[in-house]
Amino acid sequence: MRIYDVIIIGAGAVGASIARELSRYKLDVALLEKETEVTFGVSKSNSGIIHPGTQNPSGSLKGRLCVQGNLLTRKISRELGVDFKEVGELIAAFGEEEKTRLYELKKEAECLGVPRLEIVDSAWLRKNEPNLSKDVIAALYAPTAGIISPYRLVYDLTENAIRNGVELFTETKVDNIAVKEYFEISARKAVFKSRFLINSAGLFADEISKMVGVDDFKITPRKGEEFLLDKKNEYLTSHLIFPLPAKTSKGILVIKTSDGNPMIGPTAEDISDKEDSSTTDRGFQEVLSQVKRLVPAIDERDIIAYFAGLRPVSDNDFIIRYEDKVPGFINVAGIQSPGLTAAPAISLMVCDILKKNGLSMKKKLIFHSHRKKTIHLFAIPLEKTKKLVKKDAGYGDIVCRCEMVSAKEIKDAIDRGARTLDGIKFRTRAQAGKCHGSFCTTRLMKILSEKIDVPLIEITKRGKGSEIVKGDRRND
Amino acid sequence: MIERDLVIVGGGPGGMAAAISAYENGIKDILLLERDQYLGGILNQCIHTGFGLNYFKEVLTGPEYADRFIKKVQGIPGIEISLKSFVVHLTKDKVLTYLRPGMVKTVKARCLIMATGCREKTREMVHIAGTRPAGVFSAGLAQKLVNIEGLLPGKEVVIVGSGDIGLIMARRFTLEGAKVKAVIEIQDKTRGLMRNVVQCVTDFDIPLYFKHKILKIFGRDRVEGISVAKVDDEMNKIQGTEFTIDCDTVLISVGLIPENELIEMAGLELDRKTNSPVSKEVNKTSMPGLFVCGNAFKVYDLADSVSKDSESAGRLAAEYLKH
Repeated sequence: MRIYDVIIIGAGAVGASIARELSRYKLDVALLEKETEVTFGVSKSNSGIIHPGTQNPSGSLKGRLCVQGNLLTRKISRELGVDFKEVGELIAAFGEEEKTRLYELKKEAECLGVPRLEIVDSAWLRKNEPNLSKDVIAALYAPTAGIISPYRLVYDLTENAIRNGVELFTETKVDNIAVKEYFEISARKAVFKSRFLINSAGLFADEISKMVGVDDFKITPRKGEEFLLDKKNEYLTSHLIFPLPAKTSKGILVIKTSDGNPMIGPTAEDISDKEDSSTTDRGFQEVLSQVKRLVPAIDERDIIAYFAGLRPVSDNDFIIRYEDKVPGFINVAGIQSPGLTAAPAISLMVCDILKKNGLSMKKKLIFHSHRKKTIHLFAIPLEKTKKLVKKDAGYGDIVCRCEMVSAKEIKDAIDRGARTLDGIKFRTRAQAGKCHGSFCTTRLMKILSEKIDVPLIEITKRGKGSEIVKGDRRND
Repeated sequence: MIERDLVIVGGGPGGMAAAISAYENGIKDILLLERDQYLGGILNQCIHTGFGLNYFKEVLTGPEYADRFIKKVQGIPGIEISLKSFVVHLTKDKVLTYLRPGMVKTVKARCLIMATGCREKTREMVHIAGTRPAGVFSAGLAQKLVNIEGLLPGKEVVIVGSGDIGLIMARRFTLEGAKVKAVIEIQDKTRGLMRNVVQCVTDFDIPLYFKHKILKIFGRDRVEGISVAKVDDEMNKIQGTEFTIDCDTVLISVGLIPENELIEMAGLELDRKTNSPVSKEVNKTSMPGLFVCGNAFKVYDLADSVSKDSESAGRLAAEYLKH
């Protein structure tokens, strides 16, 4: 039985970042994921904001990692070919009292090292953010805030880690961990052994930690409902728009996304069920009234999709620590916002912890740092599409009409690991437009079925149990 | 750049009728673009009868109705049919760019008819709360799965909205051996044709709930049920009337909206509520020589009406080119 140097539990933004970082070294690394594809847990509902580091308590771990992660993300996105756009953010103040708070926020953020902060006045706002409510008298402007596609980042981090030797096991839910000479992890009727074990299991990090005997924290799911607007509203705002932070969250925002569709939300509600991603009428009303206060032009008729995600909340700060009680075990838990931003910094911190605790980390002679940028027809000029179509006829075969996704892009996505309709959607945007797959679902099912050689009735939305159809009448 | 007298976008009942009428009225150079691999559009999946009563004075199925037009269009040498042709760009000068497997083509239309049809409103547009599991389909997608692909989307079905496709699918599912447990309609009357209510729902003893609203969809991976309540005249939920229905499938049949994103790209104004082009006269737009017909202009109840409307667009195009 082979023994891994490091096993990582959970392939979200954090697990994938750590896996990719470790793949620089001469180590045997395995990444275990309970879902059918990576990023199907907490990360799939991430807003995709690369935070500048504002709105964090000074002296907090998450604040420090966020500022560092903001810088690191730029390099990683270039290497992996994931679009990162530095759009900047505005924290809006209504009235003098809120304006005073802006100065406090600015000071706190500057202590953390957030660069180039500025308080801008209403004249600046009228000029640079004309759709912002006229009642906003000033804002804290953080130009280093950016946007990225959270799931494409995780997919590409994982893909790059695999290229560099990491082994990925999906549909591999950890049932039990025995701490012996090595960690013996029972999952999918097999036992995986490792010398070091990293717990980045998101919502289930407390349960994993408990399995090895560390039972001193609890993860509470904090639900956030988000609503996506039609792409034609892409330029509704130029920046990410925040209100002043609330007690349990950064408030309800107007978000720009890397696909162009603005998003509004999220709510913040502590719940008990770690799998409850339902949306509510109340959440919808709350989000709408809050964002209309910031940007009155938002029209509910432009909402084309909505979903809810769960933040894995522990205490106020991240839990990233080597557990002396269980040598070799590292908890990376409670990584809620700004977890996506902080992930690359977290991965460096975890490497340091491993090194400090006896893992020999020698760099590989060859590390493939770059991957070829994935092609999305919707993101390139027509002239480039013309060249591509000549090279491969499949680019001229449009499958998803609303988002202009070709058969070639779908096939590439499957080659890169898509196994479900949601996986195809997150990678390519097929089914993510106005008609929600009414026109292209059957074609996608057929392409997937053919490529991975499973019958149509076994094609799922997001893994076992979510089969699209219930029966095949052709052979009855 | 290649120039054509008339380009028609869409090869469903609208585009084909427009092409035939334009030809008969004197246009001899017509390019008909269809994004699918065959002509006929959605008619191909409408295997039920009820087509042609007005137009042909006969009872036909959707594919039979389409076939009459397909044969005619294919027999006219002045009409070039280009399948698997997806228009990606349209300018205000009526320059179209379209993709086909292996090629990108640009063509300037002296006259243009948009017969782009309509799409179904989605669950998202009517804000149904709850989870987002597998098993939620637009009625049209369910129809395609059953009638074209031979797949059964689900076994215990609730239909939300009483649009025609939803009503027809109630019968279709029942005939396929699935149990249709309810049709839920928020208004006090059906949105569809009366004949469909009788022949597809009442005749099969399917409960039809008027003035009821779906509140929530349940189920993590697959639909497990929905909750429903009565509504008052303002369509607000009446407290205490909630009940749940166990099901594995929810069909959404809450109406259709014209597909006009291309003309919007070219700068034409669309009505915010209906998504139809803002227009003073039927088929005409604010842009000379650009006509919109069939369900893209306005959603019709019958394919027969789409054919009639589109013939008029063909005539208008011919008149335009004469001047």
